Amino acid sequence: MIRSVPRSRLFDSLYLAYLVAFFVYLALPLLVTAVFAFNDAPFPSLPWKGFTLDWYFADGSEGRTGLFHDDGLLTALWVSAKIAFWVTLVSVALGCVNAVLFERVQFRGKEFLYLLMLLPLVIPGVILGVSILVFYSGMANDISAAWGIELDLFRPGMTLVVMGQVTFIATLSTLVIAARLRKFDPQLEEAALNLGATPLVAWFTVTLPWLLPSIFGAAAMAFLMSFENFNTTVMLTGSDTPLTVALFNRLREGSTPVLNAVALLLMVGSALLALLVMGRSSR
Amino acid sequence: MRSSVSRLSLWLLLTPFLLWIVLLVLLPHLQMLRVSFQVRESWDTIAWGIEQYQNFFTESYYWRTFVRTGVMSLFTTFLTLIIAFPIAWYIARLARGRSKGILFLACLIPFWASELVRTYGWMILLRESGLFSSWLQALGWVDGPVEMLYNDVAVIIGLVYNGLLFMVVPLVTTLDGMDENLVEAGYDLGGGHGTVLREIVVPWAMPGIVSGCIVVFMLTLGSYLTPVLMGGKDSAWFTEQIFTQFITRFNWEQGAALGVLLLVLSSVIVWLGLKISGQSLRKVMG
Repeated sequence: MIRSVPRSRLFDSLYLAYLVAFFVYLALPLLVTAVFAFNDAPFPSLPWKGFTLDWYFADGSEGRTGLFHDDGLLTALWVSAKIAFWVTLVSVALGCVNAVLFERVQFRGKEFLYLLMLLPLVIPGVILGVSILVFYSGMANDISAAWGIELDLFRPGMTLVVMGQVTFIATLSTLVIAARLRKFDPQLEEAALNLGATPLVAWFTVTLPWLLPSIFGAAAMAFLMSFENFNTTVMLTGSDTPLTVALFNRLREGSTPVLNAVALLLMVGSALLALLVMGRSSR
Repeated sequence: MRSSVSRLSLWLLLTPFLLWIVLLVLLPHLQMLRVSFQVRESWDTIAWGIEQYQNFFTESYYWRTFVRTGVMSLFTTFLTLIIAFPIAWYIARLARGRSKGILFLACLIPFWASELVRTYGWMILLRESGLFSSWLQALGWVDGPVEMLYNDVAVIIGLVYNGLLFMVVPLVTTLDGMDENLVEAGYDLGGGHGTVLREIVVPWAMPGIVSGCIVVFMLTLGSYLTPVLMGGKDSAWFTEQIFTQFITRFNWEQGAALGVLLLVLSSVIVWLGLKISGQSLRKVMG
């Protein structure tokens, strides 16, 4: 079934129908989520009662609290942003160092370490969260019992969430940055060295600018993955719940269009971020 | 002098990597393994034993959920592959120019929303007061509201939806690099569609198929939101039990044992998949 092999009309139209059905399947859940963020009714379901922006802006005086007046959700949004910031920073830094390590340096046991680097991708997210909880929170408990020292840092909370997410996001950012570094022509760096640059100067003026698109790409990916992660996060979160966990708790109580409003905001946010990165890298 | 400098830079580069792998991956997992062999006798005395694992095999609820989760994940992976392959083929081989890029991007768009949002969208569609139910009633095909959520079919619809991107992307990447002359040669030598697919296309796409299947299987096996929110009372997922042990019952020892079992299951299946298809993790993931 390639272009040069003749196909029957029937086959072509069936194939087309399948494609259309597939993309409807992809788009439908997101489309209805977005649309019901504007329905003037207390539940996200038909019938359509008219357009409203209440689920964003209502201040609670008429029994409706919109997203921008919902302190619980806004706090959770801020917590998620802070977590995502630290995860992005650490993962991208680790990714750069790892990429150089695996692409530019030769040493014994490299193949084995590379496999270790890939390991977090084949461990379910829940297990990553659980193991970090058992190790660090257990350690905090033991230290507290033995010496009475409280290591609140290692209790469930933001630090543990950041650690849990970095575990696998660092692997992904390493792969993205390493793929770009592989295409780099080392002669450019040698030219810089021959022209009198120190290795550090050559790195910052020649190699790093080459890597920049992949660094931005990795950063955007890390930020989105951190923001959206649930499985690892839910095991490690403390009293300061990030957005996905807060939404999950709301959803269990029952759905309101405010959830649709948050969902739409998230979709638009990630779409903008993705477009920004793609626009940069295509230039 | 020269070699000591390069040794130093090697260690400078290795240190962050080792800190990450040892502190966040190796030590936590070893500790989880250790805790799973602990038996709490009273609040401050601990003995060693395999009681947690015995519980798993004696309580049928545990191992039944375990087997169910494994089988349903395999089925979901297979279904995702079957659904994604024609799409990937179209994008890689039949679409031209702009439409190729646009279709590929369209596949990515749903994944700018988180798993929670995607699941929520399906809930709005499938539940009793949902859109499908309303539409069917408006068409006059059913008399009252129909509940389509909270059953295994709904869970599989949601899980396949979550996995599609991770199947389409590696398939498109491998199929894109295929030489069409191979396919033409297959037809010229008298092969039918089935033969060409089996003998030429599938072997060529194998790295993509394996990498897509591994990722989708891992995601499905470890998923929590979709089965919990879309599944019914009988459709428990194994991650749910791990969550219950840790968060609701504070029974870390049992939870750790269940975690180890899930990890063993996923590792064994990934390893088997690589062995059977003759691929290596490095080739498939890196």
